[in-house]
Amino acid sequence: MPRKKITIAITGLNNTDNPGPGVPFIRAIRESDRFETTVIGLAYENLEPGIYMEGITDKTYLIPYPSSGAEQLLARIEQIHRKNPIDVLIPNYDAELFTFIKNEGWLRERGIRTFLPGMESFMERTKDNLSSFGEKYDLKVPKSLPLTGAHQVDQLFEDLDFPVFVKGKFYDAYKAWDKHEVSTLFHKISAKWGLPVMVQEFVEGTEVNVIALGDGKGNTIGAVPMRKTYITDKGKAWGGITIDDEKMLSLTYDIIRKTKWRGGMELEMIRTRDNEYYIIEINPRLPAWLYLAVAAGQNLPEAMVRLALDEKVEPFHAFKSGKMFIRYSYDLIGDISLFESITVKGEL
Amino acid sequence: MRIKKSVAVSENGFVFDSSTGDSFNLNSIGREIVELMKNGSEQSEITQKIVERYEVEPAIFEQNLMDFQSMLKQFNLMEE
Repeated sequence: MPRKKITIAITGLNNTDNPGPGVPFIRAIRESDRFETTVIGLAYENLEPGIYMEGITDKTYLIPYPSSGAEQLLARIEQIHRKNPIDVLIPNYDAELFTFIKNEGWLRERGIRTFLPGMESFMERTKDNLSSFGEKYDLKVPKSLPLTGAHQVDQLFEDLDFPVFVKGKFYDAYKAWDKHEVSTLFHKISAKWGLPVMVQEFVEGTEVNVIALGDGKGNTIGAVPMRKTYITDKGKAWGGITIDDEKMLSLTYDIIRKTKWRGGMELEMIRTRDNEYYIIEINPRLPAWLYLAVAAGQNLPEAMVRLALDEKVEPFHAFKSGKMFIRYSYDLIGDISLFESITVKGEL
Repeated sequence: MRIKKSVAVSENGFVFDSSTGDSFNLNSIGREIVELMKNGSEQSEITQKIVERYEVEPAIFEQNLMDFQSMLKQFNLMEE
């Protein structure tokens, strides 16, 4: 079968110790036997490793942060689109998704497809809405309370016991053992990610995640559960293994069916010793460990791109358990001229 | 109680539970016992087979077997 030529623009090239999903997404789509893909990297920072990695992007452009205004970001996308027409755009950061979801129609008018959650589903799963999400969909979630000022800390612990997790709106989560630590973390996290800062009950157990893709009609196109086997001090999986956990899968199918989830999703859960599952986060995109699912038999990036192109996609029914990943670090060597190009011209 | 269906044991005594991702190492006798349990052998059959092959008093082995099985249970490798 001849491969279809497409151009994908993608963010999340920060393959650091807190990696984005861009590089593994590209790796997966490059392995597709359905597509012959030209990859346009969209980078927010000029030292995102994916810009410099061999065989990852065909061309990379710097783009402005959504926080500098949606107009600026969209104008830059339009400029890039004129030079290299984009078929599908894959945003990969939680913090940029609002802007892209809001402007999905604008992108479509220009021939740029996406496959993102609806605004309502996107908003109802945010960290500050997790408690009401749990209540609405009958899911166990840890008690979470929003903190908008350090003065609220005393009041907060009338309802919570230590330790707790203190979490940023989009990223960062730290364990805290006393009120002083919570106050310090509040200032640190709110300066970086804004308000509210969430304080979440600590649930003891094993950290397990599911990667999934919903078709927007309530069907799960694919889902693979994973157990973290090595966790960094930032709480990121540095190693993991696919597991055949039926309860995690049925929880995932249930959430996707009830929310009619569209796009990629990562469910972060804690499995307690009593085999109860607490949902601690719902990330509205495929996670950085997505290549593990590809290795286990589900190329979800390829399926997502096909859905974005309005192709009919049959759901995956199986995956291999016992597939594991281990991340590693590697020093890429580049010439200063590469850095010069991305910094001065905004492209490489 | 029996060994969970999701538990696999390799020839080297490596135990992997595909439902949890847990893995363990067993020595050769531990591996034999788990294999016998997986094949549905009762306590008395396991004891008989082990005392035939190794120099051990049945009463002592039974005590050790109970300890071993309670450890398997504690590690979530058994199911009803």
